[in-house]
Amino acid sequence: MKTSILALGFATVATMAAAQDKPVLTVLTYDSFTAEWGPGPAVETAFEATCACDLQFVAAGDGAALLARVQMEGAASEADVVLGLDTNLTAAATTTGLFAPHGQGWKNSLPVAFDDPTFLPYDWGWFAFVHDKAKLPTPPKNFEELAASDVKIIIQDPRSSTPGLGLLMWVKAAYGDKAGAIWEGLADNIVTVTPGWSEAYGLFLEGEADMVLSYTTSPAYHLIAEEDASKAAAAFSEGHYLQVEVAGKLAATDQPELADAFLAFMGTEAFQSVIPTTNWMYPAVTPAAGLPAGFETLITPETSLLLTADEALAAREGALAEWQAALAR
Amino acid sequence: MASRAGTLRPPFGAAIIAALLGGMTLGTVAVVALYAGAAMPGVADWAAVRFTVTQAALSAVISCLLAVPVARALARRRFAGRGLLITLMGAPFLLPVIVAVLGLLAIFGRAGVLNDGLAMLGLPRLSIYGLHGVVLAHVFLNLPLATRMLLLGWQAIPAERFRLAQSLDLTPGAQFRHLEWPMLRATLPGAILTVFTICLASFAVALTLGGGPGATTVELAIYQALRFDFAPERAATLAVLQFALCLTALAVGWSLIRDTGFGTGLGRRVEMPAPDGWRKGMDVAAIVLAAGFLMLPLGVLVIRGLGGMDELPGGMWAATLRSVLVALVTTVLVTGAALVLAMAAGRRAAGHRLFDAAATLPLAASSLVIGTGLFLALRGVATPSAMALPVTIAVNATLALPYAYRLLLPEARALHQGHDRLAQALGLTRGARLRLVTLPCLARPLGFGAGITAALSMGDLGVITLFAAENNATLPLFIHGLMGSYRMEAAAAASLILMGISFALFALFDRIGRHAAA
Repeated sequence: MKTSILALGFATVATMAAAQDKPVLTVLTYDSFTAEWGPGPAVETAFEATCACDLQFVAAGDGAALLARVQMEGAASEADVVLGLDTNLTAAATTTGLFAPHGQGWKNSLPVAFDDPTFLPYDWGWFAFVHDKAKLPTPPKNFEELAASDVKIIIQDPRSSTPGLGLLMWVKAAYGDKAGAIWEGLADNIVTVTPGWSEAYGLFLEGEADMVLSYTTSPAYHLIAEEDASKAAAAFSEGHYLQVEVAGKLAATDQPELADAFLAFMGTEAFQSVIPTTNWMYPAVTPAAGLPAGFETLITPETSLLLTADEALAAREGALAEWQAALAR
Repeated sequence: MASRAGTLRPPFGAAIIAALLGGMTLGTVAVVALYAGAAMPGVADWAAVRFTVTQAALSAVISCLLAVPVARALARRRFAGRGLLITLMGAPFLLPVIVAVLGLLAIFGRAGVLNDGLAMLGLPRLSIYGLHGVVLAHVFLNLPLATRMLLLGWQAIPAERFRLAQSLDLTPGAQFRHLEWPMLRATLPGAILTVFTICLASFAVALTLGGGPGATTVELAIYQALRFDFAPERAATLAVLQFALCLTALAVGWSLIRDTGFGTGLGRRVEMPAPDGWRKGMDVAAIVLAAGFLMLPLGVLVIRGLGGMDELPGGMWAATLRSVLVALVTTVLVTGAALVLAMAAGRRAAGHRLFDAAATLPLAASSLVIGTGLFLALRGVATPSAMALPVTIAVNATLALPYAYRLLLPEARALHQGHDRLAQALGLTRGARLRLVTLPCLARPLGFGAGITAALSMGDLGVITLFAAENNATLPLFIHGLMGSYRMEAAAAASLILMGISFALFALFDRIGRHAAA
């Protein structure tokens, strides 16, 4: 705690002045990134060792909340860098005109070509249905098999959560015009649709469903943090849709050099090696030493699906209408 | 209107508070609308309105009707643990929603105790997902509140009336007709209205247990408009729609509420007659069933939470302290404001209907809209991070005030009718009147209202997410972060701590009130 309790909220200005006149870089991100068990603390220490500056994280909700906040603040935002948008949001974020080109040259090791002039990836994951190996030894091998089975799943609402939107895009990317029919087939498998990822995952752990929409990396958390090897992700023959998490520099930043330095730092070992066991996603640049032990047990999809930011934005409304029509009972 | 001195005193304090509440609710919607204009609701929005009203009406009526036998049994029976049970009645109400849902699922879910029992008996499993599940969860969350509201009504019937009933040898049925029914006519509409409005703004319960997009509430549409589509114009329209529903319910409530017409007593305590025979059996059944329904899920949460205690991260305590401070400041503000408003409305001061509406609107307010409106309004004033805690306090106070006010109102009305003339005749100064008459007579609802406010404020997550800054997470936000990064066991433990502290604050204020009234 840098501030005494009494000063909280009321004397933030005073504490800022006391931060020894170092330039401050403000990074707006989501709350689990800055949490003490998240990547934030290690990233802060490592970056401050290189920059002679004070790196401050400001945390707001989730990816969608970040974009809403940036839009509300406009050019007056105190943030210099926004970290935590995903590729379903980048098209909308680019059209706001609030972000500047990143100008970085470092190469990422994503399974698909990803090169956006405004947004840089810092981690990524494949969406997948996670199940308990003992309770469901032979999971369905694709959406059609899942729809034909009586396996129960829990998914997230695409209107309020990024994984939910990711699943919508996954079905769209895999099935195109047949997506509506797939959803109709899935309707009787869906136990419920939750507002966010954590509700869905919590319900799954309670035994409310056989599978839950999450990531191929989810079993790694249970294996590494809890020494529990009971969970696995089901490999789907259509391929798996990607979630790519990105960061961007705000055009109105008062610390353009520091912001550039941070975006460059994001591609380095010091940042990337923290990601796998704190954010439980794949690092955007695979560290020289490889991934942590345990990650080799995860499934590696042969096909990676990803709509471009513009395709995703164009497809969203129609896909959402299809989804609602198929599931409304 | 008699022209006695005093009744014509214009209610300045109440007017200022009502204006502030109007600003926080309607004002913030106006700010959002000014920023983006307004849009006409679409077909999907009307479907959301239909579902919202249906589930809220069902939840409110079922919660309050079930509360009648429970409150009556608690009012007239004495048994070991009664005080504890009445205090525990506050617990489900103050849980973070997702935590309450997980507790319910442990009993009623697919892998819950109930379904395992049914399976053992060879019966088909029941699904909790759908409209009935949403209503079940809302009853779980609101039955205790409704029970406590009605219990206050029973306890407010002057002792002399029960004495008279006994000396006239009235049968329990006649006693119900002459004493308890008029009381219910005075308190039930307010209770139903409160629960209805709470359920209007339900978001997580309706979505998690609704089973699919058919169970979309207006609140979810607001969330989607602000968070995902960044379409503030739609959010403003939907927020206005939600207020319109609330005001309609309020108008219906006004037309139903009657005064009890009991007159006043000497404030002596008397045991309500407790009839034997089948009525005793009914009372026992009501108490046992209600206690079981409420306590089993809570018990599961306690057991879960204890299991994760060693997983708790260190930063939790700072967040906890922050939440407690916010809760205490909020409670002081709300208790004072609710008292001023309820006294003004109770003596039918000029504009009392407006006060009533201003004190009810926040129930239907979307905290996301309030937060967004404030954010836009305060953009140029200070940085969001500096605003985080003051704004959280202001919003929590706004959202909690309706509860405190609604609890005080029936008794403030009765107090005015009963003691106003005497206080006038004695020429009591305002300070003396507050000390000798108002506070002692209203201690019970004041304490309960303060307890509810503190607990609600502890458990609120709504607004701070917009303003969050470095190092100012509150405990609910901290739990949200734990759940968002797989740490479900630590989240269960932190939820137990949250539940414990909320409950301790609630019990503290509630007890203070009950003892001051004794």
